[in-house]
Amino acid sequence: MTVSLVLLVAMAVLYACGVYLLLEKSMTRVLLGVLLLGNATNLLILLISGEPGLAPIMTDGVEESEIADPLPQALVLTAIVITFAVSAFLLALIYRSWRLAAEDDLEVDEEDVAIGTRDTNVDEPDLEELATATDFDPVDEDEEQRQARSST
Amino acid sequence: MTALLPLVVLVPLLAAGGVLIASRNPVAQRFVAIGSLAIVLVVSAALLVVVDADGTLVMHVGGWQAPFGIVLVVDRLSALMLVVSAAVLLAVLVFAVGQGLTDGNDETPVSIFYPSYLVLAAGVFNAFLAGDLFNLYVGFEILLVASYVLITLGGTELRIRAGVTYIVVSLLSSLLFLAAVTMLYAATGTVTIAELSVRIAELPQDVQILLHVMLLVAFGIKAAVFPLSFWLPDSYPTAPAPVTAVFAGLLTKVGVYAIIRTETILFPTPELNPALLVVALLTLVVGILGAVAQTDLRRLLSFTLVSHIGYMILGVGLGTPEGTAAATFYIVHHIIVQTTLFLATGLIEREAGSTSLLHLGGLLKAAPVVGVLFFVPALNLAGIPPFSGFIGKLGLFEASVQEGSPLAIVVVGAGALVSLLTLYALARAWNLAFWRPLDQVRHTPEEPTEDFDDARWTGGTMTETRQRSPLMIASTTAMVVLSVALTVAAGPLYAISDRAGENLEGASYYTDSVLGGGR
Repeated sequence: MTVSLVLLVAMAVLYACGVYLLLEKSMTRVLLGVLLLGNATNLLILLISGEPGLAPIMTDGVEESEIADPLPQALVLTAIVITFAVSAFLLALIYRSWRLAAEDDLEVDEEDVAIGTRDTNVDEPDLEELATATDFDPVDEDEEQRQARSST
Repeated sequence: MTALLPLVVLVPLLAAGGVLIASRNPVAQRFVAIGSLAIVLVVSAALLVVVDADGTLVMHVGGWQAPFGIVLVVDRLSALMLVVSAAVLLAVLVFAVGQGLTDGNDETPVSIFYPSYLVLAAGVFNAFLAGDLFNLYVGFEILLVASYVLITLGGTELRIRAGVTYIVVSLLSSLLFLAAVTMLYAATGTVTIAELSVRIAELPQDVQILLHVMLLVAFGIKAAVFPLSFWLPDSYPTAPAPVTAVFAGLLTKVGVYAIIRTETILFPTPELNPALLVVALLTLVVGILGAVAQTDLRRLLSFTLVSHIGYMILGVGLGTPEGTAAATFYIVHHIIVQTTLFLATGLIEREAGSTSLLHLGGLLKAAPVVGVLFFVPALNLAGIPPFSGFIGKLGLFEASVQEGSPLAIVVVGAGALVSLLTLYALARAWNLAFWRPLDQVRHTPEEPTEDFDDARWTGGTMTETRQRSPLMIASTTAMVVLSVALTVAAGPLYAISDRAGENLEGASYYTDSVLGGGR
């Protein structure tokens, strides 16, 4: 079975970036990490269907080596749909979390921070600042509505 | 008889659709939801009888023969799991209906709760039926997506926080599982479990180990075995009582079931068995040490749940038919008892307004019925004779001693210790919550914890005490009776588990019945 090198490298890069983003503190980045990991896996599934460019059609006079395996393509459709649905759910969750707290960060694990800063003789990081750092610019609810009204 | 197989998945799925359409009519919703699970219970009981008498049933979906089409397979293990999970799902649904009727559905909004719950049921049943690794993945996804909705029900801050941990960890394990399935397909050219079992044996050793470890890690996260279990006590306790009960009882066991299938049919070779035994040992010990340190009843129970997964992994890791049989019996016992304990905790919360052992006290006088409903499964979980927990542990220890390796004997020692520590943890909970006079409680219910973080670790802010519902008491009582009935019916049940274990020995019985004996 021949595998496209470009796709293989793309898959590896996607996995690496996905894992990196998954370890981030912000939930939006975690979501992006999940998306990348999902797509890396989709690429992996696509890779195993054989040499790129072949059609998954078996007719008379076509050698077995000249067709792509159709099953992985069926599998990848299912996988794409599942990743899609879960991403939508995660987005809704992030939005809800942001509405509740006007921030989308995971909690700061103080034990973890303590371990991370141990023996480095650096001042304790400002937990308050860490906890309130966010991707979103928290917009005042009224401000938002006023803008919406003025634009219509 | 094979026509009955798809019903087990179809009925809850169709009912979920029906319930969603009838969202304006709560009475019809309850009727359809309970009815559909009752049908599944009857069908799966019939399947168990037939399968135990005549051997494995195989349904070739769409008429395509096994290695090409999707197969649904019910052997003794699947049938047993189906019956137990259907019974538990039904009992918890009745509990939730009772809670909804008394509380006016603010905890479990009917329009989302029933459909999600039924989809969850369909996913669990599909996972037990799957004779095809990709179908198993789909079954897992169905139950997981439904569980995402259930664990974040109501969308409070606490639940969103817990839900995010749960969802991201589950997603990671799903992706790992999917990648493993893909690589298995790339290596063997099939995803049918029976066909895989034949072809994996022909693969080079190193490829086998890689695929085996990937599958075990993916299932290990779902089953919450030791190094992969930290998500569970953080995410389960915040959900509504019926949801926690069904998650604790069933979802981890689906992971254990998948591990049993992996170890007996896909990779029957013993390379990783010592590793599994070590994992079992660590899961047992670390889990129970966590439980001993908890002040919140739900977190305590979540940690005992993690710990007791170790017993099942011990049975699987032995790699003998006796070990598999003992693990099967233990799963059946544990699904029922753990669910009952969580339901009883739900009743305690209604009675006292808290699940924190710091706030609880004097419950034996206030609610003697709840006391009994907590006490019996607690003794059962700790393995006090004559309850089924004792029989299950005895079976596991016997199987380990028969296997005879030093490692297995060490795990037996740890298992006995964990059993004692479980008793200690639950007896402490009992003493504080039920026997301690109310005037000795340090934080009186009048001064609840306000601090958010503090509340999370000590067992949540105080909620108002609510009226008891006869339906909730009835369904918890039914579960307690069922758990005691496990002792009464232990003989036949253990015989079925034994036969299930023998069926899985060497995988040839399974492959022959799916692919036809001609191979």
